[in-house]
Amino acid sequence: MTMKSRLFMVLASALLIGLFFVPMWSITLEAPQYPKGYELGILISINEVRGANEFDLQNVNGLNHYIGMKPIDEKAIPELEYMPLIVGVLIAVGLLTSLIGKRQLVIVWLVLLLIAGTLGMYDFYRWEYDYGHNLDPRAAIKIPGMSYQPPLFGSEKLLNITAYSYPALGSYLILLSVALAGWAWWASRKAATKLPLATAGT
Amino acid sequence: MKSMLTLLLISSIATSALFFTGCSGGTDTKAIGSVADAAMKVYVAPGAKDEFYDFASGGFSGQMAVIGLPSGRLIRVIPVFSMDPEKAYGFSEETKPMLMTSHGFIPWDDSHHPEFSMSDGVPDGRFLFINANNTPRVARIDLTDFRTKEILEIPNSSGNHSSPFTTENSEYIVAGTRFSLPIPNEDVSIQAYSEKFKGTLSFVKMDKATGRLSLAFQLMMPGFDYDLAHAGKGPSHDWIFFSCYNTEKANTMLEINASQNDKDFIVAVNWKKCEELAAQGKGQIVNVSYAHNIYNDETHTASSVMEKDVRILTSADTKGNVYYMPTPKSPHGCDVAPNGELIVGGGKLATVIPVLSFSKMLKAIQDGKIDKEIDGIPVLNYKACLAGEVEKPGLGPLHTEFDDKGFAYTSMFVSSEIVKWSLKDFKVVDRVPTYYSIGHLGIPGGDTKKPWGKYVLAYNKITKDRFLPTGPELFQSAQLYDITGEKMKLLLDFPTIGEPHYAQACPADLIVKNSKKIYQLAQNKHPYATKKEADARVVRKGNEVHVYMTSIRSHFAPDNIEGIKVGDKVYWHITNLEQDWDVPHGFAVLGANNSELLIMPGETCTLLWEPKTPGIYPFYCTDFCSALHQEMQGYVRVSPSGSSTALTWNSRK
Ligand SMILES: [Cu+2]
Repeated sequence: MTMKSRLFMVLASALLIGLFFVPMWSITLEAPQYPKGYELGILISINEVRGANEFDLQNVNGLNHYIGMKPIDEKAIPELEYMPLIVGVLIAVGLLTSLIGKRQLVIVWLVLLLIAGTLGMYDFYRWEYDYGHNLDPRAAIKIPGMSYQPPLFGSEKLLNITAYSYPALGSYLILLSVALAGWAWWASRKAATKLPLATAGT
Repeated sequence: MKSMLTLLLISSIATSALFFTGCSGGTDTKAIGSVADAAMKVYVAPGAKDEFYDFASGGFSGQMAVIGLPSGRLIRVIPVFSMDPEKAYGFSEETKPMLMTSHGFIPWDDSHHPEFSMSDGVPDGRFLFINANNTPRVARIDLTDFRTKEILEIPNSSGNHSSPFTTENSEYIVAGTRFSLPIPNEDVSIQAYSEKFKGTLSFVKMDKATGRLSLAFQLMMPGFDYDLAHAGKGPSHDWIFFSCYNTEKANTMLEINASQNDKDFIVAVNWKKCEELAAQGKGQIVNVSYAHNIYNDETHTASSVMEKDVRILTSADTKGNVYYMPTPKSPHGCDVAPNGELIVGGGKLATVIPVLSFSKMLKAIQDGKIDKEIDGIPVLNYKACLAGEVEKPGLGPLHTEFDDKGFAYTSMFVSSEIVKWSLKDFKVVDRVPTYYSIGHLGIPGGDTKKPWGKYVLAYNKITKDRFLPTGPELFQSAQLYDITGEKMKLLLDFPTIGEPHYAQACPADLIVKNSKKIYQLAQNKHPYATKKEADARVVRKGNEVHVYMTSIRSHFAPDNIEGIKVGDKVYWHITNLEQDWDVPHGFAVLGANNSELLIMPGETCTLLWEPKTPGIYPFYCTDFCSALHQEMQGYVRVSPSGSSTALTWNSRK
């Protein structure tokens, strides 16, 4: 790998540090009672679930009790404990890749990232399904056949509430990270063919 | 009907109709011009917001109306000096102390003049002050949550009318007595008026950081009626001006006896110098007792203390810093132009509008142009202080405000019109009728250094046939005029609460940006707050029972209570656990001898309830908070006094 590729790999890994600070996904709830500009928002990161505004999570939980949805409680979500570890490992492997400078390791890293991302999305879906379907049978509002699972991606109207579910800054960081790693892999291949002597580790 | 009224007013005043123009129209088309045009200018489309806040006093309602302009929509009534069962103001244990005075609890007053807190001569959007006329007080309203946060009683005063006008940076809020009194007040013959009765002008200091008020000093003045005031600005920053009438010192039949002198006065006070004199310990401390009521934002609770002592400066103490300027005749308004140089007197019975000059006043003082002295206060020569007179303005000039283009607008009570005149040559340039008998008028920022001269509002005393009739008792009304062009144009009539004596308007942004949405539960330091349902409980202390209750959509905790006994004093301390905008909860219990509670998110309120007969008493949420609001209810069991029913309550199941 060229120095440039190694540097890109460092950048690709370092971008993932951002995941500790910014949300990956955002769910916005809009309703007649929560109009544009005053919607309720939930922001999901690898290490926390919080409201977009100070009391949004509390207010979402307050509203959800009418349909018997469990309150969203960070303590009940173990993923928030081990997701940071997984991301930490990915960062470490990424940095190691650039240190060792083996091109194939970049592919390994990308595959690991892809697996982690897919599992993450699947896990997100599973939680959404759980919150939306596992309802308290004594709930005040019960509509036969109705579940309240927010969409994985896009928007959906659930009773008076329109839920919007879209990736947030963290997800874009991952995309950028993938692009950088991909570029590192691609660039070092070109370097390998054009300047075999100047490259290291191929 | 209207021309009859006009005739009546004209003849009753026995003045020639020469001055009279306008105010006989049947429809408004003349005043309005194009109806569609006017409609366009006041129509605020659904969801859109008004451009200005207008705060109009409630007069004999004792409250403050908040109106959006240009729509004229009433958006809030702020309780200040009168109890308000809707908001539990004066009913809840937390707010009862706000209405304490040296005369005990007073449920009502007559609120006249709103005044913004000022920074550098323009409204700063922090506070609004208003006076209580009957039992003299000054109130401070917090514009972040539109609540009354402080009420200070004014001793040695009665009919606190020339109040609460503030200096350029709200260093002081003034309070001049309308009724002169023996000071200290004592049992004397009313016939002793001219020798024993005195007027006072009070200077209330505002703490810049907190807004807290304190009575700094009072000026002892001759026994006239002190009516209105306005502080200087710019060059006249150090001075404040008060109008006064009844310089005849009449104590009976004032309508005749106080209307004899063809000139009364505008008092000019150098407050800056008086402040220094007070700081030097001049004057004397007089023992008085007056209530000072402060609402604490952290405990959501008001407390009332009796303050003692006030420093009084006499004319001997203030020599060279207080002057009388003659002003025709029985002046009401005392209004300082944006440049701080011109002072306009509104002589109710005058045939001209006198415009006094601050710089000429200073020169007259310097040159010793003094006609006489009254109780040691020099009376300056009228002509020496005069900038000019507005000739033939109309009848009954009351109050003047200013736009940003060099024009003044004066309300004419008797001829029921607004007269626009130029500050350059004092010539009348336009006049429009008002329906009917305008008292005060208002331009957004019209008494400040920087008026927003878009509208003038007429606050009318008589409504008559302008709206659908409601029997003998009609509301009073306001009218909105466009003043952006050369000619004033009537745009809108709208009803008001009580009697709007005066109003203050400012651009909405000034207030919107600081507007609170909730009270933070975490910062609630109410001694009886219950911050989570698990802490809800009932505690007996002798015959006092304290219910620590929570409310959140859509239930109370606890909602079943047993073991209350006849003879108990039950304090319902209810904390609204919501932290969401516009989700109040209410509380009402059968047989309560006071009001409901209306509890804002994060707030704790207390209702005292003394059940008189055994039985089951339901309670419920009075504010439609949620889909299951109607389910938000509970029961309390009351047993005979001395019964053995145990005190129990439920928790959420
Ligand atoms: Cu409620």
